[in-house]
Amino acid sequence: MSKVYLSYNNITSPLGFDSETVVKNIHHQKSGLRLINDKNILPVPFYSAIIPSKDVSNDFERLNISGDFTRLEKMMISSLSKVIKASNKPLTDRTGLIISTTKGNIDVLDKNSTFSKERANLSTLGKVIKNTLGFKNETIVVSNACVSGILSVAIAKRYINQGIYDDVFIVSGDMVTKFILTGFNSFQALSDTLCKPYDKDRTGVNIGEAIASVLVTNDKNELPNEAVVILGEGASNDANHISGPSRTGEGLCRSIESACKEAKVTSSDIDYISAHGTATLFNDETEAIAFNKLDMGDIPLNSLKGYFGHTLGASGLVETIIGMHSLYNNTLYASLGFDKHGTSKPLNIITKTTTKPLDIFIKTASGFGGCNTAAIFKKIK
Amino acid sequence: MKSEFRIKSFCHVKNNTISFNGSVIYENLESPDFLAFAKAAYRNFDIKYSKFFKMDGLSKLALLASDVILKNEHLDSQKENNIAIVFSNKSSSLDTDRKHQSSIEDADNYYPSPAIFVYTLPNICIGEISIKYKLHSENSFFIFDSFNAEHLLNYSNSLLSIGKADEVLCGWVEYNGTTYEAFMYLVSKEGITQHTKQDIIKLYTI
Repeated sequence: MSKVYLSYNNITSPLGFDSETVVKNIHHQKSGLRLINDKNILPVPFYSAIIPSKDVSNDFERLNISGDFTRLEKMMISSLSKVIKASNKPLTDRTGLIISTTKGNIDVLDKNSTFSKERANLSTLGKVIKNTLGFKNETIVVSNACVSGILSVAIAKRYINQGIYDDVFIVSGDMVTKFILTGFNSFQALSDTLCKPYDKDRTGVNIGEAIASVLVTNDKNELPNEAVVILGEGASNDANHISGPSRTGEGLCRSIESACKEAKVTSSDIDYISAHGTATLFNDETEAIAFNKLDMGDIPLNSLKGYFGHTLGASGLVETIIGMHSLYNNTLYASLGFDKHGTSKPLNIITKTTTKPLDIFIKTASGFGGCNTAAIFKKIK
Repeated sequence: MKSEFRIKSFCHVKNNTISFNGSVIYENLESPDFLAFAKAAYRNFDIKYSKFFKMDGLSKLALLASDVILKNEHLDSQKENNIAIVFSNKSSSLDTDRKHQSSIEDADNYYPSPAIFVYTLPNICIGEISIKYKLHSENSFFIFDSFNAEHLLNYSNSLLSIGKADEVLCGWVEYNGTTYEAFMYLVSKEGITQHTKQDIIKLYTI
């Protein structure tokens, strides 16, 4: 089977509109999270990382594309078009398009939205992105809760290995909306402070928004410096609960084992874990149990939620792209918000941004519906 | 085109009727809507999943259809059953999304609930089926404008050929509050029907 690579990439977030700027801000431990007090969105103040609408419009207007687009569509089109341009790849019948999102244009359901309610259909979002950017094949929309972003990478690789496509562009994104915040708040899952993944005093998630785009390709020529090869991936369901992780970390363990088996690596080969770390009591505890079961408790680990908040369907891809840059820069980025150990099993949390030779990292994610996904990447240059 | 994999069984749930491998196994033409139909069908098949009554329409539809197929497999829950679940539809979880939306639209009538919000993701129905049948397998939910046999074919072939799954429960589960339709089939190494795009479409349109 030919090798599959993660190539050109973009992150559009409150920390910048390209991956390099975002990585630089993370290096300086700058967070996109702010306290927001807007009773139209949530009755109580909340921390969130939101992309200023003015910046979204400015970035989109550079493209000179006419038409009526939602905020999410503008961000997805801008982000993806940058990756297409950088890659210099023609969009042919051998090019796939995957959109990874949990809620897409859900804000059009609001009574004040000027868009038709039909725009909330994820297949409509798929058509808008495909037609605007000129893709030939029908969009594959992946909506699998908070593993969507990393699962999309696995799906793209499988499509390429299956011989269907040579290149697959993925754009992942979700927005901070009243819909999402009120829902997480009803679960009492929102933290009223900046989120503190794996910390003893963690009290829950901050929701953020981001768009991430990447080219997945079997073409080993013309890769950017930060490109990685996908060594293995796997997904597994907890088969335990629809809104909480399994206490034993069953699905997460199985997904990591599946990825390691395919990658032919063991825990001692892995230099860095880009974990999920939502900062809820149960999620972080489950991850600690799972990583320890697999003898991975001493591998340097971070959660990037302290920088972006939890960006839902985008998070897995955003964090994978940071991981690519982490390998290339030989730098482990601090897990923002962590002070005191707060899980029953030990984890090697990265407390300070440090340089270290890095070769292989694993990205893991878990989500509602009991889903878990893991993928292992190795640097090329 | 010949395929190395086969379709072992298939199920339709539509028009107040449930059929298995093309034969009607249950109908309740008097049911006024899907939820009434689903309740009657659940009792008829004695499914035994007490959470059924708390689930949203999409999960009820997916569970009913997969129960018909998986019951026939007589799975031993003590053993590892590596059956991946790959579902798709057009309307995602929009029916439940609209319910959550109406609970937050008006400050004077504000009642967001975690019991509703958790179902605002289409893959929750896969979680329910995984719990009911103890399947720790690969799962993914895709959204397309209409039934996309080619995608389901490619993706399930990929899972089977790289050994991520032994069998794949595949299908279309569309529920938008007023209309519903489920078509599910089990892809395996054995079975009477070939696993090709033409065969999938033929079974879908029965």
